[in-house]
Amino acid sequence: MTETIAAIATGLTPAGIGIVRISGPESYTIISKILRGCSRRNGCETGNGTVSSPLSWKPNRIHYGFIKDIDEVLVMNMRAPHSYTGEDTIEINCHGGPYMMRRILDEVLNNGARLAEPGEFTKRAFLNGRIDLAQAEAVIDIINSTNDNAARASVAQLKGSVSEAVKEIRHDILGLTAFVEAVLDDPEHYSMDDMDATLGSMDEGRENIFKGRSAKDALNVVSERIEGLIATYKYGRVIREGINTCILGKPNAGKSSLLNALLGEERAIVTDIPGTTRDVITESLVIDGLTLNIMDTAGIRETDDAVEKIGVRKAYEYAAKADLVIYVIDSTVPMDEDDVSIMKFINEHGIKAVYVVNKIDSTKSGSLPFVGAEQLCCPVSALTGEGISALLSTIRKMFESGDISYNSEAVITNERHVELLKEALRSVKAVIDSINAGMPEDFYTIDLMDAYKSLGLIIGEETEDDLADRIFADFCMGK
Amino acid sequence: MDNCVYEKYDIAIVGAGHAGCEAALAAARLGLKTIMFTVSVDSVAMMPCNPNIGGSSKGHLVCELDALGGEMGKNIDKTYIQSRMLNESKGPAVHSLRAQADKQAYIREMRKTLENTENLTIRQAEVAEILVEEENGMRHVTAVKTVSGATYDVRRAVLCTGVYLKARCIFGEVSEYTGPNGLKAANHLTASLIDLKIPVKRFKTGTPARVDGRSVDFSKMQIQEGDGFVRPFSFSNEPEDIKIDQVPCYLTYTNEETHQIIRENIDRSPLFSGAIKGTGPRYCPSIEDKVMRFPDKDRHQIFVEPEGLYTNEVYLSGMSSSMPEDVQYRMIRTMPGFEHASIVRNAYAIEYDCIDATALKSTLEFKDIKGLYAAGQINGSSGYEEAAVQGFMAGVNAALSFKGEEEVVLSRSDAYIGVLIDDLVTKESQEPYRMMTSRAEYRLLLRQDNADLRLREIGHRIGLVSDADYEKFLQKKAAIDEEAARLESTMVGATEKTNEFLIAHNSDPLKEGHGVSMSDLIKRPELSYEILAPIDKKRPELSWRVREQVNIRIKYEGYIKRQMIQVEQFKKLESRRIPEDIDYNEIKGLRLEARQKLSRIRPANIGQAGRISGVSPADVNVLLVYLKC
Repeated sequence: MTETIAAIATGLTPAGIGIVRISGPESYTIISKILRGCSRRNGCETGNGTVSSPLSWKPNRIHYGFIKDIDEVLVMNMRAPHSYTGEDTIEINCHGGPYMMRRILDEVLNNGARLAEPGEFTKRAFLNGRIDLAQAEAVIDIINSTNDNAARASVAQLKGSVSEAVKEIRHDILGLTAFVEAVLDDPEHYSMDDMDATLGSMDEGRENIFKGRSAKDALNVVSERIEGLIATYKYGRVIREGINTCILGKPNAGKSSLLNALLGEERAIVTDIPGTTRDVITESLVIDGLTLNIMDTAGIRETDDAVEKIGVRKAYEYAAKADLVIYVIDSTVPMDEDDVSIMKFINEHGIKAVYVVNKIDSTKSGSLPFVGAEQLCCPVSALTGEGISALLSTIRKMFESGDISYNSEAVITNERHVELLKEALRSVKAVIDSINAGMPEDFYTIDLMDAYKSLGLIIGEETEDDLADRIFADFCMGK
Repeated sequence: MDNCVYEKYDIAIVGAGHAGCEAALAAARLGLKTIMFTVSVDSVAMMPCNPNIGGSSKGHLVCELDALGGEMGKNIDKTYIQSRMLNESKGPAVHSLRAQADKQAYIREMRKTLENTENLTIRQAEVAEILVEEENGMRHVTAVKTVSGATYDVRRAVLCTGVYLKARCIFGEVSEYTGPNGLKAANHLTASLIDLKIPVKRFKTGTPARVDGRSVDFSKMQIQEGDGFVRPFSFSNEPEDIKIDQVPCYLTYTNEETHQIIRENIDRSPLFSGAIKGTGPRYCPSIEDKVMRFPDKDRHQIFVEPEGLYTNEVYLSGMSSSMPEDVQYRMIRTMPGFEHASIVRNAYAIEYDCIDATALKSTLEFKDIKGLYAAGQINGSSGYEEAAVQGFMAGVNAALSFKGEEEVVLSRSDAYIGVLIDDLVTKESQEPYRMMTSRAEYRLLLRQDNADLRLREIGHRIGLVSDADYEKFLQKKAAIDEEAARLESTMVGATEKTNEFLIAHNSDPLKEGHGVSMSDLIKRPELSYEILAPIDKKRPELSWRVREQVNIRIKYEGYIKRQMIQVEQFKKLESRRIPEDIDYNEIKGLRLEARQKLSRIRPANIGQAGRISGVSPADVNVLLVYLKC
């Protein structure tokens, strides 16, 4: 017999509304034991009246009442199989304080439900055929998304943009594998030399990668496509986790002030003594659907100070890993070799950068130092706030224009997916190596099989013992 | 029933084809009092179709069978008249040995072996009924009964009925209820199987015409000689033990005229007219199938193979057909060398009853009838080799379970035998199942050359590999390890002589101070263990089998390792057992088709469940999560 499970479905921070979710065959029995309604005699306040028996409720209704004397609630009821889990489900909407929600949950648990494990509601949805594994995985991504675009990319995954892209690549790999097998099993009628004639002549209403290509050339196309998907992960991660932003600049150029201006509050130590911000501070802010994770660093300059050296080296390290560098220039002092060395570093590493020309409040207009024609310059005053909103919209444009459109294209946002794509790429490259080494075609299939399997694991078309465990392990309580 | 014959045996083998012979020999050699029934004692181990043993992927089966202690490899080594290693231009995984047999000699030698095996009785009689009793809700075999009413009490029975159940031979409009070569069909047993609630279906296969060799002009064909160095099938034999003077085969082709005749008469083919209901093998198609399926091909290969040394008859491989007699004459005579051919035996299709092998466990025992096993073509397979390995496994498992010992199931990662049986009992085959290398996922590990390394130990443990053979195997294995280790540690310096040698073999010379090991050189595509002999001064003298293993093991090390990782992953799902009392209808996440298939086939583990057609990976994921809940 399936157990009935319950958990707090909303966050455990003080909020206006909280939801306790119950799912399983006993859901209706449990709510009928603890829900009190209004009565004519006692009115609604005391919570001693009765409601119509929940056992006879019509599905998909909202009922008003009290959970004992704990809280005034609205109760939503759903009937199997028409609920998220596919089971009888009750959701109690109560006031959102953690204490209140815990007391209601305790009441539910005392009346026959068991506390749900993390991800158990979704696991049941999966077991009851409501969602597949790929959808379950997208659900967790949506739950964990920090902004609109991340949620949209996860919704796209839920709808299948990644699945479609992966399926196409798999289809081609399977086609090639099947052909190699046909060559091995029926050498009279098939040969590798006829691949173009056989596979290339198939019209499937999509681009045929075998047309006019050798096996190796077709595999090069396959590997380019996988690489293309992997490349989207960088943006996928940006969408999902935010843009890792590093603020660089010479000591006292105004990095910490800029950070404060961006955050709108004082967090980092702001001082006039060069080199006092030695620790990297991370703050997140969301601008119109993009999350910036800002790391403020120690001022970069050639230094002999041992303590400061650690901070400076760290700054370079962080910059190299950053998605975006905001380079702060003090417009009141002329540029020197420190600036040149930092800019050189940024250029050499192909890091996306925006150059903030700070302290325009103290400079006469027209005396902005030259940075470079193709570089994005934003004059600001961290002190007065002038130019800050222009800077933010510049950053937004940098990440929204060109490379990605969040709605249509397949964007890889999930780390498990990108790891599997990398495995598939390694396998495809191994086949190309085999061809280059002149190995007979029966050797191709070993790595083709691996590539096919890795891709299949992304979309749940292949099975691995702990695949489901890994996906459900990422869930939190109540989902 | 006083006037009825009544005898007692441990095990009955029903049928004496390639499956029956292996089953009977295995059971008798394992000490069971064995009786083998056949409709004709003169036709034990008969080869009613192609006159050869082995071939692509089938050679693997024969080598594996031999490694386990089966008879087929030894018997063909005694009776072959030509031998070739196929696919030598490809990788070692698909090298396959194929030997032409003298059909009569093959029968004679097998019969000799059977008749000289202790505990084994041969009986010419048609078994009409399998008797069972029910105990604690489970049926078990108690006896087999012949057409005459004679009853043989047995505790185990193996059905190896081949193509004989209600067999019907057809060509053109002619149809006769006989087995192959005009032998008596077995018309009674099917009814008994249906009574036992065993699902029965009807399959079809076919054979080409045999032509009088004297009427054929071989000079118009390509000659196909045997190999200079003949490798035995049996690991117990050495090449010098089996040396013979080989006879040639020939190759000719069909042409546009042949195809024209076929196309014009296609409506007279019972396959196309609908007169044949049974499903035929897609991978062993008749000539009319090939002509219709490959309209662009202007010719098809026809191999002309001797039926034996005792006869002029030749077999037209690639020309199986069920066309009417007059069409057969006309189409054969269009081929170069066959202008004046006289046919000795017509090509024909044969229809027969077989079972749905998903009713069997991986041991080949029926899931619902204890002690009853089935092997060979009755399970929906095709081919002598496929039959033989099943017969062997069924015989071994029947004997082991009789003795109360653990039965043997080979996995897909152990052997082609494992792949074959798993496919038969898991996937519902809609046509006769033929082994192919593409069916084995871990092909590079399941080579013909290493069948003994994979299976000799199992064969010895079962008790069908002699201590002497096993000792020989252990020595070989040690020699391989030793030589591989030596090559690993033998460093090759960049001497002038070495580099001259490498350049002469189109291989990059070594750089000063960058010595490599001998195994590093073997790994180079253009080199091999044999090629490097002149610059490997300390090389010991080793047998060809050891040299071959060392070369393959070192040369393809990277691929072998990757395939071994695949096997590890595969084994994880195979080891996740499904409880026998699972109720699939309770798992709502499974699609309806999956629920039905799983309920019926009852797979033993998750891996097997995933291979059932109609069970998708999504279903398997649901099952995995369900089982862990």
